[in-house]
Amino acid sequence: MHELSIVASIVDTVTESAAAYKGARVVEVRLRVGALASVVEDSLQFCYGIATEGTALEGSRLVVNVLPVVMHCVPCGADVELEGVQSFRCPKCGEPCFDLRQGRELEIEAIEIDEMDEVEEKR
Amino acid sequence: MTTRIVELRRGILKKNDELAAGLRAGFANAGVLVLNLVSSPGTGKTALLELTLRELKARGARVAALVGDLETDNDARRLAASGAPVRQINTHGICHLDAEMIGKHLDGWELGGLDYLFIENVGNLVCPSSYDLGEAIRVVLLSVTEGEDKPLKYPTMFNSADAAVITKMDLAAPCGFDRETALRNINEIRPGMRIFETSAKTGAGMEAWLGYLAEQRAGRDH
Ligand SMILES: Nc1nc2c(ncn2[C@@H]2O[C@H](COP(=O)(O)OP(=O)(O)O)[C@@H](O)[C@H]2O)c(=O)[nH]1
Ligand SMILES: [Mg+2]
Ligand SMILES: [Zn+2]
Ligand SMILES: [Zn+2]
Repeated sequence: MHELSIVASIVDTVTESAAAYKGARVVEVRLRVGALASVVEDSLQFCYGIATEGTALEGSRLVVNVLPVVMHCVPCGADVELEGVQSFRCPKCGEPCFDLRQGRELEIEAIEIDEMDEVEEKR
Repeated sequence: MTTRIVELRRGILKKNDELAAGLRAGFANAGVLVLNLVSSPGTGKTALLELTLRELKARGARVAALVGDLETDNDARRLAASGAPVRQINTHGICHLDAEMIGKHLDGWELGGLDYLFIENVGNLVCPSSYDLGEAIRVVLLSVTEGEDKPLKYPTMFNSADAAVITKMDLAAPCGFDRETALRNINEIRPGMRIFETSAKTGAGMEAWLGYLAEQRAGRDH
């Protein structure tokens, strides 16, 4: 629902970071998105196409890596990965889990850019 | 042409998270308990708050409210009838409140003079889950008319909440509300979450809810 404002924030951050590289063109933007981040990839991709028009990100790929929810299970004494987000019980022992260790991430992991070489620049 | 990978590791909502952390510290300093109420539109946030503000005021507590609304100021007017200070945050179509809006609307309020500050979020069970407002307690509401599977449909919101209120309990029987299933579903998504069952119409369940508020307020007092 707020994918457009998320994408706008991505465009700002990436534009700023890419500006440090001369004549750079952004080829790819990689996100880490937790399964509980409440963003929908289709909708992100759709907004991305629109919001990047006329920016340094125009034509770049958006890659969304979805991270599963990881909870700490006290009885097992271990971090366990949940199979979905419909039940917050340990898949190993079945006990309820209270302590979230991964799943709410919403971050730009990295960008891939094409940088102009010195020679090209001089031409 | 050289291809280069630049690691950024940058939180997309970092700005909001930082602002919220600042607000949270300010609220703790002032000793005011801040609650963020989230639900679908029409669940009964304003109705629960109308009663809550009135009852807390009658018990001598100092209360205030911020109300997010897409376009109107109807809810703010309803709440102001309690006599508590109320401010409206008109989001002009934005489907959630964020920390910046909260900060701006606190201008001129003496937080140290408050015991409780209630924030009624925009009716939406999706995006408000991503926006920390600096609250101490996030309360998710669902009404008996919405279906027992709401927690399973909106796990992100229910999992991020600290307490749940089932509203419109006076309509439970006519709606054929399956209480056991609703409680089980909430517990499946957020094990151990405190759950209250209220009716703004009859006042049922208000004592338990007000007791919880007082207990949370006392628990954080230094
Ligand atoms: N029967 C009944 N109706 C309620 C109750 N709480 C709210 N309502 C009604 O539900 C509608 C929406 O309530 P409101 O508080 O405005 O919901 P909000 O959008 O979550 O703030 C209004 O018509 C209220 O009168 C309740 O406990 N019982
Ligand atoms: Mg309302
Ligand atoms: Zn386990
Ligand atoms: Zn939103």
